[in-house]
Amino acid sequence: MLNYLALLPTLPLVGFLILTAFGKSLSKRSVVAIGVGSMALAAMLTIGIAIHFLSAPPPGHVFEQHLWTWFQVGDLAPGFSLYLDALSLAMILVITLVGFLIHLYSAEFMRDDDAYARFFAYMNLFVSLMLILVLADNLLLLYLGWEGVGMCSFLLIGFWYKKPENSKAAQKAFIVTRVGDTAMAIGLFLLITQLGTLDIQELGVRASEKWPVGSGMAVAAAALLLGGAVGKSAQLPLQTWLPDAMAGPSPVSALIHAATMVTAGVYLIARTHALFALAPVVLTAVMLIGLLTQLTAGISAVHQRDIKRILAYSTISQLGYMFFALGVSSNGAAINHLMTHACFKATWFLAAGAVIIAVNHEHDIFKMGGLGKKLPVLFWTMFFAGCGPFFSKDGILAEVWFSDTGGPFLWLLGLFGVFVTSIYLFRLLFTVFLGPLKNDVHWKPGLAITIPLVILATGSVVGAIVEYPRLLGYHPYATGTEAAHASPYLHAAIGKIAVGVALAGIYVAYRLFVRHKHYEAGEVVVPHITLRMRRLFAAGWYFDRAYHAAFVVPFQATSRFLRSELIDRGYDAVVALVQTGHRQIRRSQTGRLRWYAAGIAVGAVFCLGAVLL
Amino acid sequence: MNPIPMEQSLMVAAMLFSLGLIGLLVRRNVIFMLISIEIMLNAAGLAFVVAGSHWQAADGQVMFLFIITMAAAEVAIGLALVLRLQSDLPTLDVDAMDQLKGGDDA
Repeated sequence: MLNYLALLPTLPLVGFLILTAFGKSLSKRSVVAIGVGSMALAAMLTIGIAIHFLSAPPPGHVFEQHLWTWFQVGDLAPGFSLYLDALSLAMILVITLVGFLIHLYSAEFMRDDDAYARFFAYMNLFVSLMLILVLADNLLLLYLGWEGVGMCSFLLIGFWYKKPENSKAAQKAFIVTRVGDTAMAIGLFLLITQLGTLDIQELGVRASEKWPVGSGMAVAAAALLLGGAVGKSAQLPLQTWLPDAMAGPSPVSALIHAATMVTAGVYLIARTHALFALAPVVLTAVMLIGLLTQLTAGISAVHQRDIKRILAYSTISQLGYMFFALGVSSNGAAINHLMTHACFKATWFLAAGAVIIAVNHEHDIFKMGGLGKKLPVLFWTMFFAGCGPFFSKDGILAEVWFSDTGGPFLWLLGLFGVFVTSIYLFRLLFTVFLGPLKNDVHWKPGLAITIPLVILATGSVVGAIVEYPRLLGYHPYATGTEAAHASPYLHAAIGKIAVGVALAGIYVAYRLFVRHKHYEAGEVVVPHITLRMRRLFAAGWYFDRAYHAAFVVPFQATSRFLRSELIDRGYDAVVALVQTGHRQIRRSQTGRLRWYAAGIAVGAVFCLGAVLL
Repeated sequence: MNPIPMEQSLMVAAMLFSLGLIGLLVRRNVIFMLISIEIMLNAAGLAFVVAGSHWQAADGQVMFLFIITMAAAEVAIGLALVLRLQSDLPTLDVDAMDQLKGGDDA
């Protein structure tokens, strides 16, 4: 079964090729058969591979499949090779299973769209490249997938490209992530020149041989890779593209901007952990970035009105949690949160998409209300899915408490984040589904929407009970937690405090948005916060404005200045000189024979004079 | 018979040449311009002959024969051109033939 691993990225790729080549002439039914069918096959294949991998583990719990050598330049010969271990197994399960359910949902969700085939073509291409990203055994192949999914993200955010703001959002996402990708590319060049290989396993070995812990090279390499991860996973300071990326269709937000692509940064750090372990400074930076991101984005999420922007800020915040865990070297907790969050956030995005359709394309949650009775399936799947991540978060918080770089203070800040999370999630849920009915609903989600929601919500709840990565044999936890395992009781207790805080947050949200009817006023979100602060939070801490002032405005001013062609002025002067000279000399060309004869005579006199005198 | 001094002969040649040149520059009739060219050619020929007699060499007279041949050929071509031009532009005024002048749009 494992030998069919190469088939996994191939299946959606074939779907993409067929849909691109014949998409226009196919009926919607056959588009679904190809687009969703290829994903169904890929999902089944993944389950088969997972069962094989767990029941009859390959030697060293690693399966490698070398397909061909990509190219060879000197000593560098990156292969087109796949590498399957517990980490990539976890990722391919998320990508294909969640991906398949989202494709199934899209079959109904996008039914009325004219560009049905184009949508599924992009989605299939995305899944294929995402699988290449997580299965790559060297960083160059990973980079192929990395840039490929970035491109698909661009194409799908701007899917409804006829609206200029959608195209702008797509460009913004592409350009902002490009900042991080450039850092990552430089990191790859550094690794090639310093270590002479891009094979991930080999890199870890060579780096620890060549670079002592904390050496400048190791810090530079890790920091550059972190740059790429920060861009892709929308962390501070490159998080600004994700809220705007919500311009894409809801299934796109669910698949790319919640479950899979944005977690690529988390995957990258977990995958190249050997490098990061050599640079403790960078690991601390990862932790602080994660902590700051989850706090700032969480507070912003509480102040959004657009249902999808709330979820976008929530995603940024949850990704911050994963970075938080990675920063204390607790990759297991990070991947656990990644998997649970993928189910949870996919459910919420898909349900939000359905809600938006049901209320006739209204995005403002304060113009919705009482939908719980009309759309019970959406309410309950969202409710149950929303409970899952609190349990995966308590794992992270316990790890932070016990880690060497963490500690009770950071734990407390993380705990505050949990509190904020439960407030903004249940603010959304209560405002939209409870209270008096405000909207006409003439639409019921069909089976293709209900089934994925129920399965994903179940996945989120089950993820709260069992830790998926442990199930798959992936459990690298922080070294400091040896102390924790010495006192598992304390470890569990510290984690469970998070659950208690989350419940407190839900209660607060209930008091604020149901009992006190603050949702009626719309603007009042949390009392005792001034209007100016609310604006600051709602605008995402003015990052957009700051970047506009710091980069866009100077760039535009420079272009405007250069458009006056300062350098060209010099060349223009040469041209003018030649043209004037030409105009003057041309006047001597009278066409008159006698004028020319006189010219010859005068010239001859001059020449004779010069010779004789 | 006293030989004519070379200076005087050359002076005559120079005067003839100047007359031819002035005729070329001031006359607008193309026939007269051809005649002026002939005068200039003969002035040059006279200078060769004078030089040949001064140095007692035949070269000057040989050169004059060449000049006469060339002048005959030039007149043949020149008159042919005049006939063509006269049929195209019904005038002998050379200033009317200024189509090769540099225009402002050129």
